[in-house]
Formats: sequence, structure tokens, C-alpha cells
Amino acid sequence: MQGCNLLVKGGRVIDPLNGRDGVFDILIADGDIKQIAPRIDNPASGTDVIDAAGLVVTPGLCDMHVHLREPGREDEETVESGSRAAAAGGFTAVACMPNTQPVCDNQGIVRLVKSRQTGRCAVHPVGAVTKNLGDEELAEMGDMRLSGAVAFSNDGRPVASANLMRRALDYLRMFDVPVISHCEDLALSADGLMNEGPLATRLGLRGIPNAAEAVMAYRDVQLAALTGGRVHIAHVSCAETVEVVRQAKQRGTRVTAETCPHYCVLTEDAVIGYKEMARVNPPLRSEADRRAVVEGLADGTIDCIASDHAPHSSEEKEVEFDQAPCGMVGLETSLALCWTHLVLAKVLTPSQLVEKMAVNPRAILKIGNGTMEIGQPADLTVFDPAASWTVDPAAFQSKSRNTPFAGMTLSGRAVLTVVGGRVVRPGGRE
Amino acid sequence: MKWTKKDLLDLESLSRDEIGMVLDTARSFREILDRPIKKVPILRGKTIVNMFFEPSTRTSSSFDMAAKRLMADTVNISPKTSAVTKGETLLDTARNLEAMKIDLVVIRHSASGAPHFLASRIRAGVVNAGDGQHAHPTQGLLDMYTMREKRGKLEGLNVLIVGDVTHSRVARSNIHGLTKMGARVTVCGPATLIPPGIERLGVTVSYDLDQAIRGADVVNVLRLQLERQKKGLLPSLREYSLLFCVTEERIRKARPDVTIMHPGPMNRGVEIDPQVADGAHSVILDQVTNGVAVRMAVLYLLSGGEGQLTEAITKEAN
Repeated sequence: MQGCNLLVKGGRVIDPLNGRDGVFDILIADGDIKQIAPRIDNPASGTDVIDAAGLVVTPGLCDMHVHLREPGREDEETVESGSRAAAAGGFTAVACMPNTQPVCDNQGIVRLVKSRQTGRCAVHPVGAVTKNLGDEELAEMGDMRLSGAVAFSNDGRPVASANLMRRALDYLRMFDVPVISHCEDLALSADGLMNEGPLATRLGLRGIPNAAEAVMAYRDVQLAALTGGRVHIAHVSCAETVEVVRQAKQRGTRVTAETCPHYCVLTEDAVIGYKEMARVNPPLRSEADRRAVVEGLADGTIDCIASDHAPHSSEEKEVEFDQAPCGMVGLETSLALCWTHLVLAKVLTPSQLVEKMAVNPRAILKIGNGTMEIGQPADLTVFDPAASWTVDPAAFQSKSRNTPFAGMTLSGRAVLTVVGGRVVRPGGRE
Repeated sequence: MKWTKKDLLDLESLSRDEIGMVLDTARSFREILDRPIKKVPILRGKTIVNMFFEPSTRTSSSFDMAAKRLMADTVNISPKTSAVTKGETLLDTARNLEAMKIDLVVIRHSASGAPHFLASRIRAGVVNAGDGQHAHPTQGLLDMYTMREKRGKLEGLNVLIVGDVTHSRVARSNIHGLTKMGARVTVCGPATLIPPGIERLGVTVSYDLDQAIRGADVVNVLRLQLERQKKGLLPSLREYSLLFCVTEERIRKARPDVTIMHPGPMNRGVEIDPQVADGAHSVILDQVTNGVAVRMAVLYLLSGGEGQLTEAITKEAN
């Protein structure tokens, strides 16, 4: 595979691991980063030059929590369409959850998913913790790890048995990969449809208390402490879970956590009018929770931002609220939502955002180095922070359109990515 | 005043004046029900579809009757006879009905918000005949009609709602309507059946029926779904009855002329004593009669009816 020859000129290069945040030129030769300097002129002939003045250049963004629906629901998304969506959203790597049909609970499905990669975006499968996401036996996690699985999760549902979760954490110490925990006490969430509280009472929708998430998060950090295994708390939605993670980190437990743009930007009010696009699990919470989650991001309690990209077909999603499946697509809105509502809102610095969206997820999953090393294959995201655009689901690369953000005007848009030394979306300033 | 709403989805979205307008219109219609020939051609040529996705006797027959009294054409669809059993979505069902040029859809559905879903997607007016735990606006209206009829006015009235408030759309519609009309509402029931944050709707919460019933003008008793016990919300029906059954002894603590209501169907001996249900204070069957008049008013107003009502009725009576 031929790597690109590219000179990215005059962009604001944000590379937290190298402590770099300033205007630099980046020279890529045959796919590898050759030079990073304040000014690089006269590149070799055959080098494309991109005027990146006003643009931001970062290590390739990584979304560590997406659903690509392949195999089984290729009408909703495939590895190919999901990779296009990822590239459009500025991501060069994603980790996809195993709740496919059949479940990704063996090396065969791990290899199948990896074989579908197109080069637009690296796709890293997450394997199931248990066979068929059940409550009985561990899946062959070692074999899956050797085949390329980067973490293990029963996402979409919890590992209900505390003992099985303990065994999984213990077992995975051998491979030093995390269990990604979807924290939900199913008995407490009890078929709930939205955040529990006055609004749910008003709307007559069964509520899901914060405790349904927080008690499970507490269980899992205790089990991580007990075993010495690594647990990563997925999609943190409420204040109590932020506190559970904060305290566990203070005790030195090997815990990391992510939240999603929607928990930082929206509250349960988005459900008003029975908007099925705002149905998601865990549910959108109160304003106090939203603030606590954002604070958790700012103080480092929450390590990553992941989209929980969950494509659903319109015929399944556009139904009565209680029958609509949970989740929303996120790959193509994640960066802009975070830039607009976290960076421009002065909650995170640009450098912190890059940590949450590129550096930390890669470190947790041990994929790539999340930095720009001379001599290494280039893996970059270039985006225009000033580009203002309005979310139009019809224009998504994803096969699915389920988003509560339609019509919202946001700032920040990916211009191109370089994945493994190849330019994926060529183009200068749009 | 002119009616401007396309749909009746809940009482939360109605103004005090709009509620008053429905109740006043219903009073004009109530008289028709006592005539030998109980029909007026007010909605002749209009087509009303009744879609009941949940079992219902009282409400569905009441809507059907209301439409027939106004001489509208009605089509009744139940899950058994509809394409829903063949996997058709609610949206497709509605679009097909709409293509048949209907005027109003009356919908009962187990999902909270299903009428809203429909209303935002079809041009025809939508009447919510009960959605999940959310709202039952015509029940709320007929309860208020009955209270006004029995007590003269709603302003300042002490209304006690007893029972399973969490799962009750009747309770929510009563609360929204009554608080808007200036009544003082208290809800009383087991802590497991009072939903979080209900105080925000402007009600007082009590767990002690013997206390809460003091000074009540109206006691509206909710139906207890008997399966609540199995879900761990109640130790036993016996204990529920011990603590929350509206008995003769308990209603003696209310105002002497207290009005007892129940939306039906009743579990006699569980939430209400038979003697109370059939006693002098009970207006439970008046509620049913008034329900037809209130639904006539709703169908009439949503069909574009306005101030000429009395004249129209009088004309037909002559």
C-alpha cells in the first residue's frame, strides 16, 4: 500500500503527549511523519500541499464505543458505512461493540469484522464477555484477544452476575485489556423509558433512577479492586456514577470511564413531546447530572468521550416511544458537539478534548500511540473549528438517521483524516 | 372565544378558558341525552375513527355513542381486527386511514405519547382516549364536569385522589385540569404508588387516608390494578384495603356532603367499599352519563364547532 506524500501547512497542531499546541507544518513522506517544524518549505516533488491555516491538526480521533451492526443488521449499518461515517466525523479508529447477530463472542466474528475494514478507518472489535451475552459462561476471550479484539463487553446489557463479572476481570488480567461495563441494574431500571423524576411523572413514562447505573458502577469498581483487573465504565450519564469513579480512582482502582456527547449537551427535556430520537440507554438525565458529567470530564474523572453510535432503521425507531429502540447515531456529530458545547463553552481546552477523543481511548485500548511520532505512520485528523453547519440527517454517511440533533447548528467539521499513512478525505478548506 | 386546537392530547396543554369552554359546551349537550330522540345532526358527514389498542368498554362505547348522537359516521378499529396484528406500524395505519379522508381519530393506546406521535404526523384531529400512564383528558374533563355539577364550582374545591397514582392517567388528567381550575388537590396512596416529583404538579401528597380525607369535598377513587402485588409494589390487597380502601367509616371524616367518584371499573372491597360505591354520596353513574356529553363537546369542538351551538341544538329540537 502506497503511503501519501503530504505537507500540511500552517495548522494548529495539538499533540498533548508531546506537549505541543501551536502552529506547525507537518511533512508526511510515503505515509510516515517525516518532519514537524514551524516552517517547512520546498517539499519533494509529488508532495500534495494542504493549506491548513485556521485548521486544527490532531492525532487521529478514536471513538471507542460504536455499534456497526455487522453481522446481522446490515440494513442499519455495516463496517463499510460505519467507517465512512467515522471518516466524515474525523475519526481514524473505532471500537465496535459485540451485540451483533450473531454475537461477536468468538474469534470467527472478530476476524469477520476486521476483514470488512476498508481503510477509511481502523475498526477494532470488542468481544463479548460471555457466550451469546448470556449469564452462564465466559466467552473465549483469550482467542478473541489473539485475533484482534481490543476489549470485552456485553454492552447493551450488563453482566448481571457479580461472580461472572469477577471472573471476567480476573481472567483478563492475563491480557491486560479492560472489561467495558454497561452499568445497569436491570431490576432497578425495570423496563424504564426515561430518566426517573418529575418529568417522567408528568409524561407518564416509567422512570430509570440514577441508582440503576450507579449501584452497578460501584459493584464493578469493587470487583476491579478485588481482582486487580481493569474496568472501563461505559456511557456515564449521572452525577452518582461520576462520584463512584472519582472515589475509585482516588483509591487507586484500575478504572477508566467514558461519557457521550449527548450526556454533555442534552438533558431529559429532549424527550418532551415523546421524541423517540431522544430515547437512549442510559437515559438523558437532569441538568444537575449533565453538569456533573461535564465536571467529571473537566477534572479528569471521565477519561474519554465516545459516541455510543447506535444506528437504528427508521421503521423501527419512528414508532411509539415505548417501542422505539434505544440509541442514536453519533459518529458524524460527536466532534462538532464537543467542540461547540465543551471547547467553545470553555469547559475543556482544545488539548483536553484531544486527550478525551484521541489520546485516552487509544491508551485504554492500546491501539496506536495517540501522538505524532517522527518516523511513524501518520494518523491524523484535520478539522475546521470555525466551520458552522446544521445537522442534516439526510446528509449522513451512516445508513441510519436516528439523531436528536437534527437542525442543530454546530461549529467544527472534519476536513480530512490520514489513516495509517493514507489520506482518507482529501480536500483543503471546505 | 374560538376553539383553535387540532387535537385533544392532554389537559396540561389546555388553558383554563379552553377547559371552561369544553365544560360549558358539554352542558348544552347534556340535555340532548334526556330527549326521546337523542340525536342532532351537528357532525353529519364527518367521519370519526375509534382506534382502541387497549381493551375498553366504557370509554370506547362512550366515544362511539357521542359520535352517533351527533350523527357522525364512525369506524371502530381494535387490535384484533386491524393490520397491527399483521405487523403494520401505527404510522402506516394512521396514514392509510388519513388517505380515506377521515376527520378525527380517537385513540387509546398502552404507550404514553402514542396520541402525540399520531397528532404530529397526520392532518386529522386526534383525541386521546387514554395513553399509557400519561393522560386521559376526556376522563379528567368528565370528572370536572361532574364535580362542577355537584359542587357548583371547581375553584377552591378540596379534591382528594386516592390510590395508585403512579400508574394512573386518570390521576394525571385530574391533577392538571383541577389545579388549572383553582381546586386544591391532594393525592393519597402507598408510597410505592406515588410517583417521584408529583408535588411539582401542584398537589399535596399524603400517605394517611384518615388524615387526608378530612375536609374533602370530593374523593376520587382510583382503580387498583390487581397485579401490583405481584410486582412487589404492595404486600397484599388485604393490607392495601386496610390502609387505603374508601369505607363508610372513612368518608364520615370528610365533609358531610362529600362527593364520591370512581372512573371505573371498580374493584369493590379493594379500593372502595360496595356500600360507598352504591351509597348516597356516590356519583359514579352520573360520571358515565356526563362522559357522553363531554365527549360530544370534544368531538364537536375539534370538528370546528363554535359559538352557534345553542341555536343549532334548539333548531333541531323544534
